[in-house]
Amino acid sequence: MSISRRKFLAWLGAAGIGSMVSRDAGASSNKHFRGYPKSSGVLYDMTRCVGCRECEAACNKVNSLPAPDKPFNDLTVLNTKRRTGTDAYTVVNKYSGTRHDGPVFRKIQCNHCLEPACASVCFVRALKKTKSGPVTYDESVCVGCRYCMVACPFDIPAYEYNEPLTPRVLKCTMCAPRIEKGQLPGCVEACPKEALTFGHRDDLIKIARKRIRKYPERYKDHIYGEHEMGGTSWLYLSPVPFKEVGMREDLGETPAPSLTSGALSIVPMVVGLWPVLLAGVYGITKRKEKIAMEEQQTAVAEATEKADHEAHLKLEAAMGKAKKDKETAIEKAIKKALEDVAGAEPDKEDS
Amino acid sequence: MSEEITTDSQSWITPFNVIAGIIILVGLIITVIRFTKGLGAVTHLSNDNPWGIWIGFDLLCGVALAAGGYTCSASVYLFGMKRYHSAVRPALLTGFLGYFFVVIALILDLGRPWRLPYPFIIGWGTTSLLFEVGLCVALYLTVLFIEFSPAPLEWLGFKKTRNIVVKLTLLLTILGVVLSTLHQSSLGALFLIAPSKLHPLWYSPYLPVFFFISSIIAGLSMVILEGSLSHKVFHHKMDETHLSECDPLTLGFGKAASLVLAGYFTIKVIGIAAGNHWDLLSTPYGLWFLVEMLGFVALPCFLYAVGVRDKNLKLIRGTSALTVCGIILNRLNVSVIAFNWQLPMSERYIPSWMEIAVSVFMVTLIIVFYKFIVTRMPVLYEHPDFKNSH
Ligand code: SF4
Ligand code: SF4
Repeated sequence: MSISRRKFLAWLGAAGIGSMVSRDAGASSNKHFRGYPKSSGVLYDMTRCVGCRECEAACNKVNSLPAPDKPFNDLTVLNTKRRTGTDAYTVVNKYSGTRHDGPVFRKIQCNHCLEPACASVCFVRALKKTKSGPVTYDESVCVGCRYCMVACPFDIPAYEYNEPLTPRVLKCTMCAPRIEKGQLPGCVEACPKEALTFGHRDDLIKIARKRIRKYPERYKDHIYGEHEMGGTSWLYLSPVPFKEVGMREDLGETPAPSLTSGALSIVPMVVGLWPVLLAGVYGITKRKEKIAMEEQQTAVAEATEKADHEAHLKLEAAMGKAKKDKETAIEKAIKKALEDVAGAEPDKEDS
Repeated sequence: MSEEITTDSQSWITPFNVIAGIIILVGLIITVIRFTKGLGAVTHLSNDNPWGIWIGFDLLCGVALAAGGYTCSASVYLFGMKRYHSAVRPALLTGFLGYFFVVIALILDLGRPWRLPYPFIIGWGTTSLLFEVGLCVALYLTVLFIEFSPAPLEWLGFKKTRNIVVKLTLLLTILGVVLSTLHQSSLGALFLIAPSKLHPLWYSPYLPVFFFISSIIAGLSMVILEGSLSHKVFHHKMDETHLSECDPLTLGFGKAASLVLAGYFTIKVIGIAAGNHWDLLSTPYGLWFLVEMLGFVALPCFLYAVGVRDKNLKLIRGTSALTVCGIILNRLNVSVIAFNWQLPMSERYIPSWMEIAVSVFMVTLIIVFYKFIVTRMPVLYEHPDFKNSH
């Protein structure tokens, strides 16, 4: 038997149920995680940033990164668009064509998401969201699959492509080791304009709100990072729409893990249901085969019987015919004999 | 492919051996560069494009096209298509080789491949779909190995072990289907995490379902394609059963593939409707999407149907090649072509020649191993000692 339409539809149905189950599961797991209480973050106010690159220099120093090609006081670097890399965990880009008079500067680094995409996809849990705020990386277990880089919606993690045997995934750590010692993150400490404020995330949101309320003409009424991708520990205030400084506004508020929780919740369904269904299908197939076999046997038996019967009839008919033939032959012979006798008598009489 | 098998008396220097030899040599050299100079020296990967064709082709296409193993053994042992049972062994063999070389390719791509067991020993990152993929692929590779093992066991003459394994067929088949369902769909689900990077026409919450259903199509088509190719090359290696089952199998699997393709087309359309992305169809990416959908899903669906109706085996075989191309196209679209579609062209990923060479290297190794095995072990024919003992 090739695959019948009904079987095929049943498969499709099963697949459909699977995806429905997944959606429900996704929805129910959507309880709102508001981040660990009292976790730290940084508020970055673009209206205060002057693009001096002091934060870049400090980051380079505290993380002992390789010296850059051009020194940090060379501001021509700002003319090209850059992203984070293995030699720079934070970079500042300049945006000139905005609605603002004068350029707007924007610092990029890991946003330390409340529910990080990178950590949720790491299959060895090398990346972790700590209770105190930073998203940290454990080099000693990383396999180097780079799924974290695929997953990060902000394109932050960088990879040591030129390390043949010990490549690491590198990104801003929010200076977790310094925070532990009670110090400020390198960039925050170095900023001469107080564009960066370190503190508890809840407090930072309050500060940001206050600034927007106080100077509504100076700020867009939006704290980037308050809700984006479920919220991030790094928060941004901007004088222009965030889109104009290269920040995506289409990311939505769904935290990354709930994008995949549906697919993950199917696993037990498949493991639990598939064997039962398949065994059922196998049983049906077996039964069908058995019935087919029995039918075949009966058919054969009937056919033989019928053949026997027919043969019998034929034989009878043949015998009947033979008998008749014989009878006619005898009759004929007698008749002939009689005729012969009758014919012979006049001869006798004649002679 | 059209070359005849060399017998012992003939010279080793055949066109096939020369070309395969060169490819393997180049592949080995690139492997050495990879492990001395790093991924950066051989690939065009970047921080924005961390996955290239070693994931998009070697892993995604490799696993999809190796689906012949579970599709075929499920049809024969679970769905009662017993009369195609001669197709199971070659399908299991390609399945096993496919998965095996997926893992080999991963060794080149991963930063520290020797840590591949870490997720299951140290990390347990169960929130990651990659964890599920890794676990299922590892288990399934084992299942495929056991499922195929009767062939080498018959070859080596280990009767008892062979008979034990054969008794496990049903269990192994069910296990194979469960594991395949899980990881085939999870490969699609890998991309669920990146709605902001994958073009909305390809991104869908149904990605896992799409990947699973299309893996059935890939499996059916690969069995047909493989059958027709090895029919040409290994004709003398096939026994009566194999030769006589080939044509009905082509018809049967062609019919099944046509039906599943129709279903796949439908759910893809449902996917667009659910996302309400109709307007995107008139963009350049939309046209590309239509090429995939019409040229590589709808068209093969139709051609298979016509081929089955007219009993046109040639058409069905040609269609299977078209379908396989379509599966490759789909996987590359999701992982490379429509991925990072918003980046400017200068930041997009285009594979280096060395990346392509390594992918060709992997395919060549599969063919070489396939050839080595089918010319020695009872794959395309039944071992005389084990006839009718399936
Ligand atoms: S910004 Fe990216 S790297 Fe940083 S925590 Fe979020 S997902 Fe991870
Ligand atoms: S590259 Fe390392 S940190 Fe990133 S997901 Fe893979 S194992 Fe985790």
